[in-house]
Amino acid sequence: MASALINVPPRARRGEIIEIKTLISHVMETGFRRTQLGAVIPRDIIRRFVCTYNGAEVFRADLHPAIAANPFIVFSTVATESGTLVFEWTGDNGFSVKETAAITVE
Amino acid sequence: MERRRSRREFLKTVAAGVGLASVAVVRPAGATPADMQAAVRKVVGGARVTPGKVKLDLPPLIENGNAVPLTVTVDSPMTEAQHVRAVHVFTEKNPQPYVVSFYLGPRAGRARVATRVRLADSQNVVAICELSDGSFWSDSAGVVVTLAACLEDGI
Amino acid sequence: MRLLLALNLLTVTASAVAGEIALSDRRSGYEFMSRETRAMQDDDTANPGMLWVLEGGALWSRKTGTGRACADCHGDAATSMKGVAARHPAFDASRRRPVSLEQRINVCRVDRQQAPALAYESRELLALTAYVARQSRGLPIDVATDARTQPFLDAGRATFQRRQGQLNLACAQCHDDNWGRQLAGNVIPQGHPTGYPLYRLEWQGLGSLQRRLRNCLVGIRAEPYEYGAPELVDLELYLMWRARGMPMDAPAVRP
Repeated sequence: MASALINVPPRARRGEIIEIKTLISHVMETGFRRTQLGAVIPRDIIRRFVCTYNGAEVFRADLHPAIAANPFIVFSTVATESGTLVFEWTGDNGFSVKETAAITVE
Repeated sequence: MERRRSRREFLKTVAAGVGLASVAVVRPAGATPADMQAAVRKVVGGARVTPGKVKLDLPPLIENGNAVPLTVTVDSPMTEAQHVRAVHVFTEKNPQPYVVSFYLGPRAGRARVATRVRLADSQNVVAICELSDGSFWSDSAGVVVTLAACLEDGI
Repeated sequence: MRLLLALNLLTVTASAVAGEIALSDRRSGYEFMSRETRAMQDDDTANPGMLWVLEGGALWSRKTGTGRACADCHGDAATSMKGVAARHPAFDASRRRPVSLEQRINVCRVDRQQAPALAYESRELLALTAYVARQSRGLPIDVATDARTQPFLDAGRATFQRRQGQLNLACAQCHDDNWGRQLAGNVIPQGHPTGYPLYRLEWQGLGSLQRRLRNCLVGIRAEPYEYGAPELVDLELYLMWRARGMPMDAPAVRP
């Protein structure tokens, strides 16, 4: 169950810089750990996080195994117009989660 | 990881002595400062990297290296003409040097991104930012990573 | 090596178990953490434990077994579950002994929902426990102590004060007698269960109090009791009683 916690202000003034917090459950297995019998636990991480605002990319992150489990990313964007923010996480083993948040800009 | 290695050696001896199955704790070779420099070169190409403009915030001491809060800030007007294109983070002693790359742009409004990273040991972390004029700037911070006494695998 | 030397010093200097911490001297493990780790706990939008609370909320409304959801009997958890975690382990008449919150959830699942019990430390059980425990946030721990629970409380206290394991240490020696001092780089907390289930940075995930107690037992090189063992539930009861009056802050974050 990949659950995600997204924190976006529901409304903002035009031109205001808003802070967005995202938290998603994912083990972010590094590929460097071994079981007690010595077998390598294969890498399984989120590799990319993208935020689009009414279709335009406003933020992107390329993640490596050094990002802590249950990745937490805080970034900002300018509230330009009302609409939808789409958050997409993709990674190893076909991992793909998409969440949306609506914003009203006055 | 001197502390961890000696504890491990001690336990292997104890384990052998009491006839327990010894725990396989093969650690991969860590990155070196040279590996980090090579990774930085790969990202910035031949461009010169100047200390300044970007600020890397990390706690000087953290109780566990599994989730270290990290913030990068760049003093930039974030306009169409003058903004931060990207911020890249690297480590010296993790198994591999890359941590994360953030891609910003004028729509960010403010060049400040926060996340949580893994640090395998006490070490230096480096942040490199790329500005819209093609220049590269850097900052580095050292973190001391300690460890709790009572762990799950006892090591 | 350093850990063993440090522990040897502890066993030499702490000859007799000095006694319980005075009620006014009790401090949550929160106070022994760095500023940054505390900040992680304080912010619900940054606390990774909240991911489990979120899942627990979804499970609360999901029908299972014979088609019943927790919500069908208990309604809004914010009302019905308020204070429940602060009162567990609680005496269960049918089992004639105290049961932990995890066990109480499984009693409901098996007896009332006719659904299979959830495995200890499974994602679902942790999520439900975290969701229920979250509803007690800020409330004082208040486990009942009466003639029925007294023998189990005494058994838990005895476990806490008994030397165990290859290192021959009692919980009390670190957590009653030497809290606040350094052991292997980190500060020894008093060991209060105010924040469970919690996100332990070491686990990179959420876990129960029993998981942490088993870690402690491994730490002193003792054979850890199985999940759900009466020894662990009795010890939970004693720890909650020892922390009586302290506010719950689940899901906490700890190193």
